[in-house]
Amino acid sequence: MPFAKPSLFVLFVLFFTLHLQAQDDDLLSSLGEEETTTFTNASFKTNRVINLHSLENTAPGVMDFKVSHRFGFVDQGLYDLFGLDNASMRLGFEFGLTDRLAAGFGRASYQKTYDGFVKYKIFRQKTGHQSFPLTVAYVATMAVKTIKLDETQHPQLFSSRLNYTHQLIIGRKFSDALSFQVTPILVHRNMVPVQAIDNDLIYVALAGRVKLTKWISVNAEYIPLVAGAIDPQYKNSLSLGFDIETGGHVFQLHFTNSTSMSDHSIFSETVGDWGKGQVHFGFNISRVFTLWNKKG
Amino acid sequence: MKKFFLFAAFAVLFLAQAQAQRFGTRKATISFQSETPMEKIEATNHTVSAVIDSKTGKFQFAVLIKGFQFRKALMQEHFNENYMESSKYPKASFKGQIISDKEPDFFHSGTYDVQAKGQMTIHGVTKEITVPAQIKISKAGATISAQFDVAVADYGIKIPSLVKNKIAKVVTVNVSGTLPKL
Repeated sequence: MPFAKPSLFVLFVLFFTLHLQAQDDDLLSSLGEEETTTFTNASFKTNRVINLHSLENTAPGVMDFKVSHRFGFVDQGLYDLFGLDNASMRLGFEFGLTDRLAAGFGRASYQKTYDGFVKYKIFRQKTGHQSFPLTVAYVATMAVKTIKLDETQHPQLFSSRLNYTHQLIIGRKFSDALSFQVTPILVHRNMVPVQAIDNDLIYVALAGRVKLTKWISVNAEYIPLVAGAIDPQYKNSLSLGFDIETGGHVFQLHFTNSTSMSDHSIFSETVGDWGKGQVHFGFNISRVFTLWNKKG
Repeated sequence: MKKFFLFAAFAVLFLAQAQAQRFGTRKATISFQSETPMEKIEATNHTVSAVIDSKTGKFQFAVLIKGFQFRKALMQEHFNENYMESSKYPKASFKGQIISDKEPDFFHSGTYDVQAKGQMTIHGVTKEITVPAQIKISKAGATISAQFDVAVADYGIKIPSLVKNKIAKVVTVNVSGTLPKL
């Protein structure tokens, strides 16, 4: 048997390595492959980057109460204390319903707007046994402007006060410090002032955050118009700010050229020009309340 | 060819024997409590890996930090993000040797009070500790239970002054589980 010797040798080696393996330090290897999957969380400190919906949802069973202010343009100077004399505000109540589904409503003083949204996570970033690199979420928003319209110019139809957006958030937490998302957005306005202006507009929002410390991050978002005709007075929304987390609160302090805090008008009715100092100082305060506990 | 089979049989026999001395599970439980007058925090993890070698008395525990479930989602997020830094240090572990006056007999029913001496690794920091534990042998396997205190500062976990009234400096850890024969 010409193969007898080599195969014997191989067997010896095999035998000893197997034996050693069984005796080695790592007892846990005898439990076999681990099969755990963990969802990536805390990509952003709260469910907004600044004005824009972030890829995070309010956790199930939690209500997020938001108080947001945008002061006047800082270019007003000392007379208005750099805008602090004037403020536009929004109150929001947002609810986490399941691991994937969240919904909320709010009321903003800008054009006396009521808004509501539904947000659903289609895919969630996860690692481990099953992994997926991205979070993909769909947001639908609706807003009703209740400010009095000039009756001589507009028929007073309720439907002409309605505005919608559809947003597809595609984002990833690249590391503990860095998260980034791209959001294609369709804005639909039931009524526009003149025929040359489009009812439907397409935007692509770019947003991200970098954590400076465990409790503080720098956030930025830019929301350029990519398709559709709007009045040239409107600018792309650009915002820059900090998230400061203190236990149950998140304070978001920022500079933005958008006055509104309701989705469609953040995108399509921003008049501030950063180059001319037409930016608002503003803040969002988010306070979470646990309404019901998780199972288990 | 006869020798081949002989060796194969030996190999299988030895491996089988080595395996048979072990008791283990992936479903042991670790919970901890932090209690201050301001806030009570509790979390539980039911996916703890644990193996004991009945022959050598060696043991090993490992737990995925992200698997700890809190009642409040925000506490869970802060626990992972700000205190345990679980993406940097995903696991905590405890491995070492069971010490007892009377060596536990893993193949007959009985209850043993023992000491578990070994290296505890939490938040990337390893410390040598000894904790009292109980091992109960039954038909189901080896049922273990232990309670001990962990000082969070020992493992380099920083608590900001803002929340220092809400988080205890020493948390109580409970370990339990039944390890069937592997």
